[in-house]
Amino acid sequence: MSRTRTWWFALSSLLVFGLVLAACGGQPTEAPPAVVEPASEIVIFNWSEYLDPEIYTMFEEESGITVVEDNFSSNEEMLAKLQGGATGYALIVPSDYTVSIMKEEGMLAALDHDNLPNLANLSERFRTLPYDPGNEYCVPYQWGTTGIGYLSDQMEEPTSWAVIFEPDPAADYFGRYTMLDDVRESFAAALVYLGYDINSTDEAQLEEAKQLLIQAKAGLAGYDSDNYEDLVAAGENLLAHGWNGDFLFVLEDNENLAYTIPEEGGVIWVDNICIPNTATPEQKLAGEMFINFLLDAEVGAMLSDWNYYASPNAAAEEILGEEFLSDPAVYPPPDVLARLQYIEPVGEFEAVYQRLFDEVKSAPVP
Amino acid sequence: MTAPQSQVRDLSPARMGRQARQQPGSNPWFRLRAALGELALGGYGLLGYLFFYLPILILVFFSFNASRSTAQWTGFSLSWYAEMAGDQQIILALWNSLFVAIVSTVISTILGTLAAMAMERYDFVGKLGMDAVLYLPIVIPDIAMAIMLLIFFNLSGIGFEPWRLSLFGVRLAVPFSVIIGHVAFNISFVAVVVRARLANMDRSLEEAAQDLYANAWKTFRRVTLPLMMPGILGGALLAFTLSLDDFVITFFTSGAGFNTLPVRVFGMIKRGVTPKINAVSTVMLAASLLLVVISIVFRRGGDDSKIDFSL
Amino acid sequence: MQERWRRSPSFRAWLLLSPAAAWLLVFFLAPLVVVLVYSFLERGTYGGVIWNFTFGNFQRVVDSLYLNTLFRSTYIAVATTVLSLLFGFPLAYFIATRSRRHRNLLLLGLMIPFWTNFLIRTYAWLTILRTNTGLVNVSLMSLGLIDEPLPLFGNDFAIILGLVYGWMPVMVLPIYAALERIDRSLLEAAADLYASGFRVFTRVVWPLSIPGVVAGSMLVFIPALGAFITPAILGGGKSLMIGNIISNQFLAAHDWPFGSALSTVMMVLMLLATLIYFRTAIRTGTPR
Repeated sequence: MSRTRTWWFALSSLLVFGLVLAACGGQPTEAPPAVVEPASEIVIFNWSEYLDPEIYTMFEEESGITVVEDNFSSNEEMLAKLQGGATGYALIVPSDYTVSIMKEEGMLAALDHDNLPNLANLSERFRTLPYDPGNEYCVPYQWGTTGIGYLSDQMEEPTSWAVIFEPDPAADYFGRYTMLDDVRESFAAALVYLGYDINSTDEAQLEEAKQLLIQAKAGLAGYDSDNYEDLVAAGENLLAHGWNGDFLFVLEDNENLAYTIPEEGGVIWVDNICIPNTATPEQKLAGEMFINFLLDAEVGAMLSDWNYYASPNAAAEEILGEEFLSDPAVYPPPDVLARLQYIEPVGEFEAVYQRLFDEVKSAPVP
Repeated sequence: MTAPQSQVRDLSPARMGRQARQQPGSNPWFRLRAALGELALGGYGLLGYLFFYLPILILVFFSFNASRSTAQWTGFSLSWYAEMAGDQQIILALWNSLFVAIVSTVISTILGTLAAMAMERYDFVGKLGMDAVLYLPIVIPDIAMAIMLLIFFNLSGIGFEPWRLSLFGVRLAVPFSVIIGHVAFNISFVAVVVRARLANMDRSLEEAAQDLYANAWKTFRRVTLPLMMPGILGGALLAFTLSLDDFVITFFTSGAGFNTLPVRVFGMIKRGVTPKINAVSTVMLAASLLLVVISIVFRRGGDDSKIDFSL
Repeated sequence: MQERWRRSPSFRAWLLLSPAAAWLLVFFLAPLVVVLVYSFLERGTYGGVIWNFTFGNFQRVVDSLYLNTLFRSTYIAVATTVLSLLFGFPLAYFIATRSRRHRNLLLLGLMIPFWTNFLIRTYAWLTILRTNTGLVNVSLMSLGLIDEPLPLFGNDFAIILGLVYGWMPVMVLPIYAALERIDRSLLEAAADLYASGFRVFTRVVWPLSIPGVVAGSMLVFIPALGAFITPAILGGGKSLMIGNIISNQFLAAHDWPFGSALSTVMMVLMLLATLIYFRTAIRTGTPR
């Protein structure tokens, strides 16, 4: 037998042997101790580039607990994975409406406020959130808005959602804008333009919104939830429906990028940090310690400074620069805030929304 | 005893033209056509490879981009490589990807080849059913398979926590849940490729070996297996590539804290995939090309019957 | 002579088959039962299932929206397969007719681009094809060859291009594997009978490559049918594929039973099509 073949046989036997060893030897062991000590390593399921890695390092130095970050790119993915039975996560970062869903499904563990002294740092507004009053299950993490980002040197500030839904075929931006590829967000924009509640379960209203969305396809370059900010910064598109933090993130690539919320209103969303009920007591304790750490004023300021989203932490706000706090793109002024709505889950109607959005997508361009 | 040389090379237009020349009554027109044919084929091959490498060139190019955009070029910089080198998560994810890919490729190639042999060589009770079962992993939508594996692992108590073990002083975490999923779909791909190979195979060689009193195992090892090799290696190559790039199944079946490169990258799409990933891909590309170059050099003076895609 | 193999006992076949069969049985068929069972259950409000038996999910499958999407996906998949075959066959032929050493390198060289990350590759195509700032359009316009940018992105062209790019190697590999094994004596016989190169090809090479073509077509068509990430990125998210719909059911719509039902229907259809295609093509193609 040739040398190479012997090599291959040896290599594969080694691998098989290793696997057999693995089968016999390594088994996960998790013996719960009598007294609850925090786990030494926990996993957080988070959006990507949402938490400054420095913070993990600082936390480890202070408490000795290592935090490993897993990423997901949509609430739905995270939810599906947990619903399917995935375990091992000590912390998760769902958005507001996903928190409501998970609460209903009993997937969240109630937080032990004794372990969260820094909870007092939160702004009043964030201690009485509609979907989790009293912060029973979650602690707000970052919040932001959904609006329109555009190139200020190439077009006027869009003051109304009409720029998307009733585009002027002669305008520069016609054929050069995108909408979010997100069923609830897209419908929210349409519904708010029509003057309806963005959590409407009225079939007639939804049908109207659907028609509007189909109409918008005329000038739409596409649906994009991931790259839209890069495309605007690169000049490929002139405006995009998107989240404020994303636009701010690419500001250094193109300083002409601006963000605004149309006068009809928009969406305000809050991301939260919670503990799934599949976490072991050790993991839960460690998770709560981390949440408490995040609620610290300085850490909260670091967080916002790093990912350009607004902080729910009043104490952190005192540390953040005036420039940041007065930036309307990050902190909308009170009159704008009043026009913003939270997306809430609509039960069985989620499937209706999804179906209508599918119809929008497969409808021919008008 | 050597098996016959592979003869498809003889089907190249140049060779066929030469043969035509040697025959009585051939004319220069044949030779011209053959030469043109050879040129056209060669040119086509070149174009084909350019097509495949075009996005790769772009990808490599942007890995040196000064800004974080993968959309516009702003200047030359090595910062992404520096960032990649310092990013333990990414390197760990890369290692995980390779590990899962190699292990699942080895297992699925062996199983798939055996299955292909059985399917192609024998008629037996339940063959149609087995046919269907072998095609199912290819036919099933990714996400359905991912979710069903997730639920199955949960319900059956198999779980997702990687097996942690020490092998020769190296600490390993074997993500069996991910590997199981990868093997499941790779078996089918390997089987299909190997079957395509087997379908054409000339049985007379094996029968000749049997006539010379070789037993079944010897026949297999000395005649059948080498003849099948191109198919097996082709299937293995395919399995490796598919496993390396898999996202959906890996995402749903991996335990908390376990990430492969595609899972990490897909997780990044929300905030923008930075050129750091371009850098990772470029490094992987360079490493693969380096391996190929090494294997050329290593084999230059070597025995031609080494592992080969052909005889 | 073939009979000797054919009459071998089923036992031997099952012996060879058993490891693969066992693996698939435990780790694929058993989980598959989950999907099948789920398709008959009712959805939980936000995902998961309620254990009430119903046929409702299958009834919903027969709906113009999904059928239209299925047709559209099929059209894209067929286009992808045909083009992959058209462009891939000559490439496989090219590789198979090189010298032994070059062959290996070429095959490896074919696959290496696909060891880079899928998403990055797709984004690279975006950079090339984008309407206003894409490489192709920018270069063509700066060279003065065109006035308006070509619509290379956000349409079927881009989707099919992306899919062909991603799956052509999968077409090439089996065809190569089949071509590489063609027997010299057949070629010589044809040449002895004064057959031209073209004749040799159509009468000898092509029929013998059919198993590879069939395998390759199947390995390309099926994933292309279920593809949704490439169409989402290169199609600008504007078009809906059946893969999107199924994926949405499990994710955004929280309707696992319906997603399972759709998957089941799709699997059955594709399985039938595959088995029929495979059997008839092999039967008519291979000169046994």
